Amino acid sequence: MIEEGKPLFVQIAERIEDSIVDGSLPERDQAPSTNELAAFYRINPATAAKGVAMLVDKSVLEKRRGIGMFVSDGARELLLRERRDAFADRYITPLIDEARRIGLSPTDLAALVREHGSTPQASPDTGRQS
Amino acid sequence: MTAVIEVRDLTKRYKDTLALDAVSFDVEKDTIYGFLGRNGAGKTTAMSILTAQNFATSGSVRVFGEHPYENARVLSRICFVRESQKYPDDATARHALAAARLFFPHWDQDLAERLVDEFQLPMRTRIKKLSRGQLSAVGVIIGLASRAEITFFDEPYLGLDAVARQIFYDRLLADYAEHPRTILLSSHLIDEVANLVERVLVIDRGRIIMDETTEDALQKATNLVGDAAAIDAFLRGREVIHRESLGRVSSVTFVGGLTAAERGEASAAGLELAPVSLQQLIVRSTQHATHAPASEKEEVAS
Repeated sequence: MIEEGKPLFVQIAERIEDSIVDGSLPERDQAPSTNELAAFYRINPATAAKGVAMLVDKSVLEKRRGIGMFVSDGARELLLRERRDAFADRYITPLIDEARRIGLSPTDLAALVREHGSTPQASPDTGRQS
Repeated sequence: MTAVIEVRDLTKRYKDTLALDAVSFDVEKDTIYGFLGRNGAGKTTAMSILTAQNFATSGSVRVFGEHPYENARVLSRICFVRESQKYPDDATARHALAAARLFFPHWDQDLAERLVDEFQLPMRTRIKKLSRGQLSAVGVIIGLASRAEITFFDEPYLGLDAVARQIFYDRLLADYAEHPRTILLSSHLIDEVANLVERVLVIDRGRIIMDETTEDALQKATNLVGDAAAIDAFLRGREVIHRESLGRVSSVTFVGGLTAAERGEASAAGLELAPVSLQQLIVRSTQHATHAPASEKEEVAS
């Protein structure tokens, strides 16, 4: 719910991360340029550049002089690790807060998760490790 | 950062009205600015003085380090698209574009022609007979195709529909990306331009009240929605900018943000955090109720 409050450049970086995580932007492929991002998301190029710079700092993207930005080797694994580390804070804590508000105990919650997790969901992510 | 415009203690007085009250600011090179404020705040006056179309009462203005008045070296490098640009009675859009082509050294004729197609601007009709939207299109096309090093768009899209405005924003971004330059965009459609502008310059009652990056401006305030008592307890000691209530639910905008820990606390207390849009932030900084809350008075003191 606070996602919307994130600075725009962070949201742009996360969109790029999403496509690396879901495999639509594979490692070693060329990443969209700052100007392409600016045109596509209709944002100031400086904002797009800041989002890209953030990913370069994290070693998710790397700059090849004169050619452009590329997805680094190991970027996907790095992002998966980061997201798994953040998973509890991002999803479990608000889930437990809401459960408590409406009178569900952690045991009830666990039962619900098990029940829903066993229901086959449409198109599971093929690239995900178990 | 290089400043292409430097304004110091600029004051403009019209008889009894103080349109600009000792305003000082810099405009950085190759940056898109949102120049925002209410009607009558002083935006057009400031832009007119910067483009040598009006005189200052006192204070100094430097554009590319020089005085703009009767200075062809400066004036050929700037383009001012006025909200109510006047053209000669018998002029057509073709005439207006031909004149602009002669005046602006970086004029791009291909771009101008593409824009004429996109805006479906009739070229042989007298400008007097054009619709309000078509008249705005003439200004927008000149502003973009001039590729002037500094371009002022003063409410450039009166009468332009949403589709035409989107064309303007898209072409502005695309052309700016290829040919970086300084752009001051004055607009009332703040949320429409919020993502386009790198910096915001907000003028209110003749004074600059905000001069920072859009991103920093958006971090200045946060909105919290939830039970009124819980919000009050949570926000104790913080500066509240705006408050609305519906029964026991309040929506409160306050100065600053929350740390991750505070967000957790707010969430546990059942409070919802919402971002404050640029438009909300500016409306709340420039609306002057006769009984402004204490926290607002400091900002708006006149």
